[in-house]
Amino acid sequence: MTQLQKGVQKVQNCSRPLLAIRKLTKYFGGLKAVANFDLDLNQGELVGLIGPNGAGKTTVFNLITGMYIPTTGSIKFQGEEITGLKPHKIARLGITRTFQNIRLFPELTVLDNVRIAYHHHTQCGLFHTLFRTRTFRHEEQELTQKAKEFLAIFGLETRWNEISKNLPYGEQRRLEIARALVSEPKLLLLDEPAAGMNPFEVNQLMQLIAWIRDRFRLTILLIEHQMRVVMGICERVVVMDFGEIIAQGKPEEVQNDPKVIEAYLGKVTVAG
Amino acid sequence: MKYFQALKLIGLILVVYLVLQFLIILEIINPYWQQILCCALIIAVSALGLNLIYGFTGQFSLGHAAFYGLGAYLSAYISKTIQSGSPLVLLLGMTSGAILSGLVAFLIGLPILRLRSDYLGIATLGFGIIVKIFFDNADALIPSLGGSRGMIGIPKLTTFAWVYFIFIIAVILLRNLVDSSIGRALVSIREDEVAAEAVGINTTKYKTIGFIIGCSYAGVAGALYAHLYSFLHPANFDFLKSIDVMLIIVLGGLGSISGTIITAIAWTFLLEGLRVVLPEAILDWRLVIYPLLLIIVMLIRPKGIFGGKEFKLLRPKLITK
Repeated sequence: MTQLQKGVQKVQNCSRPLLAIRKLTKYFGGLKAVANFDLDLNQGELVGLIGPNGAGKTTVFNLITGMYIPTTGSIKFQGEEITGLKPHKIARLGITRTFQNIRLFPELTVLDNVRIAYHHHTQCGLFHTLFRTRTFRHEEQELTQKAKEFLAIFGLETRWNEISKNLPYGEQRRLEIARALVSEPKLLLLDEPAAGMNPFEVNQLMQLIAWIRDRFRLTILLIEHQMRVVMGICERVVVMDFGEIIAQGKPEEVQNDPKVIEAYLGKVTVAG
Repeated sequence: MKYFQALKLIGLILVVYLVLQFLIILEIINPYWQQILCCALIIAVSALGLNLIYGFTGQFSLGHAAFYGLGAYLSAYISKTIQSGSPLVLLLGMTSGAILSGLVAFLIGLPILRLRSDYLGIATLGFGIIVKIFFDNADALIPSLGGSRGMIGIPKLTTFAWVYFIFIIAVILLRNLVDSSIGRALVSIREDEVAAEAVGINTTKYKTIGFIIGCSYAGVAGALYAHLYSFLHPANFDFLKSIDVMLIIVLGGLGSISGTIITAIAWTFLLEGLRVVLPEAILDWRLVIYPLLLIIVMLIRPKGIFGGKEFKLLRPKLITK
């Protein structure tokens, strides 16, 4: 590839959305979970994905991260087709996520939760590992060092030796987000990060999300039920119902959209 | 400091060996008990392998005895064919046993490790039964394997020294593996497979690696076993033997190396010990007493005797500068 072509591609990369989803459809048997879902995410955006229970929001997450294979449709990340890739490949390309019901490695320490996420940066093979060579010790030292520094960014450094399931709920959430950011992804998917949090914790979480977005130059797609979070930090909101997008736009626009109100509250029939 | 600790460890290993060897020479440990001791350590090696598969990686396998058998039969076939009393033949047998078991683990692991928990258990159980039937009829293929009459005339090459040092090596390698980035990748699969994938762990690859190494342990143990008794019978490798090993690791505590070692030794000695201790009249009750003990231990310590904990020597150490 010539210098010029490289330059051209770079320019194209800038104008092209980070994530482009086209006509994404997923059936579970006869059940249509997601249908004709189109979404573009631009570099640096913070987008909220909302909708009533069972609308298909988490299914969209599972499709993007490769945990489900779409029935039809395409997902492009940085211009590359990622549909059908294994989840760990997609994670390594730069899309990571958190889960609705926190999924840490419960019996392991806080440090190990983070060190596992560093694993695909390690080089040591079985030989070095089994025989504890100098290379292995060196790499292990570096890994531990990096993981501890990373925990410090999230204010978890004093907790490193704690078993992760023993952490308070808010810290478990923070650890899960930290773990998802270890590999420095470009796109972060947060599945109901504020679920089960009290108002104080929610405020902290909103600050955290805004902060990691700048610190890691992230693009964030977020599922959330608490309108305060969605309205407070999202720049754009996509509303789903029955697997389809029914509205999208700025938070305040979407809030007053009759279709959205109908989806959440049911149809208003005026007597007379 | 680091070297001092390593020296201390080597010293401890040698002292224990010399003491035991001394007791054997003085016949304080008579040949019968020596054989039981060897058998206990061999079972421990095999159980360590299963602990890697189930205790650390979380893959429920009920076919462990099949891999133990593959190692035993292949190594026995090699030493019977070579007809030499050289201990190198045993080394060759163990190596090829480990390779065969590992290779078979790889081949059957590819399709069946996709299954989860109980389903994987059933699939491995099925594989174990196939292998047992193969041993039963192996004489049709190679007459010297003996088939259901059993394989005889295997040179007695296994000595206490071999068993002891292979056991030590097995423990050290397993500890090194578990306390490493690869080891943590294995454990992450046990903890939460979906989350492991989500942070970039290739779970299929690591499940297979764990399965191969664990089964190779069984292959090595099988080779030692074949040359300890000089007789092999397919009944020694049926699925009940797989369950014995499963019992040992669950009793010892899943994911505990110390637990597996202690339980494997205690379990073997208990079975034999009851034979000596119990009066003639209730000797047959031996097989009732030990399941009762299992129930009691599980009620008192549901997470196993060691409950995932380790002796200080085996505990993972944080490598820092």
